[in-house]
Amino acid sequence: MSKFKNKNSLALPAISTASLPDIVFMLLFFFMVATVMRQNSLLIHNELPIADQVEKLDQKDLIMYIYAGKPSSRYQKNMGDTPRIQLNDKFATVSDVKAFVLAEREATREALIPFMTTALKVDKEVHMGLIDDIKKELRAVNALKVNYTTRKGSALEN
Amino acid sequence: MRRSSPEVNAGSMADIAFLLLIFFLVTTTIVTDHGISRKLPQVVDTPTIDPPKIRERNLFRVELNGLNELLVEKAPMQLSELREAAITFLDNGSGADNKTCAYCKGEKKTTSSDHPEQAIIALRNSRETNYATYVAVQNELIAAYTTLRDRESKRLYGISFQEMKRQYKDGSYSGDHTKLKAKILNVQSMYPEKLTEAVTQ
Repeated sequence: MSKFKNKNSLALPAISTASLPDIVFMLLFFFMVATVMRQNSLLIHNELPIADQVEKLDQKDLIMYIYAGKPSSRYQKNMGDTPRIQLNDKFATVSDVKAFVLAEREATREALIPFMTTALKVDKEVHMGLIDDIKKELRAVNALKVNYTTRKGSALEN
Repeated sequence: MRRSSPEVNAGSMADIAFLLLIFFLVTTTIVTDHGISRKLPQVVDTPTIDPPKIRERNLFRVELNGLNELLVEKAPMQLSELREAAITFLDNGSGADNKTCAYCKGEKKTTSSDHPEQAIIALRNSRETNYATYVAVQNELIAAYTTLRDRESKRLYGISFQEMKRQYKDGSYSGDHTKLKAKILNVQSMYPEKLTEAVTQ
């Protein structure tokens, strides 16, 4: 009789963790499908204004992002605190916008070029002078579709 | 003797999966962007010799000065009143040159716009204007057009203009796409968006 007695019968059985990888993989696949890769890391302070007459920006590959705003606090030592433009991962000046648009076009199929949109992600506090300059550059290279990226909400709260 | 194959230890599988999961959490974003879509005017190389005459009453001047103050027709105005003022202007439809606006519900004043097709909103901003104020003003002006289009769309087709646009973009819409597009274009042509940012003196 004692020959078959389980020695550990008094201790609680260990919880099986065999299904843990499955659960984590499930989460992983959810995030892989539902999200997109972050394109740029921001070097500037970027608090978007609020508006409600908005349209969704689909087709991420046809969007060119132009960021503008004050450099974030850790860059202010070198860059000062006047609003700057950010293209890709670098600070840029207004004169770089043309080259940026042309480079983005180069990377897109020719048939899709007319559908390319420029998303202006500009901080609330930026003065219109800078944006007027950007718009002038965009017009010069015939990139006429722009989108002022905003958060959703009543515009009166701006 | 039958040899049993050794069991692969799957204990570290969870760790590997967690590592991948955290990598994806950090490098990806879940947000889709929203924004006000606008089209910039084309660059004109040769200035038109004879610019078309625009009657002063068909022009709705919105100006933003360097102190973020809103001036409509040279008089100060609160942002919250702008939408209503723009609607009144666009929907006036007093009619001129034997062209009357049958669907307009405005006051038909002779001092305001003749017809929605001729009504132009001219937006001007100073270089010192804040971007947030500019976006808010753009938003209110577009909202004026949307309100009027919604009204006409509901009257003609029993469905709001925004809903039609949403259906048009929606891939799973079961109705007739060409018909829907014709409806959208019809409503758009009733209140064409004539919002200019060119400098008009």
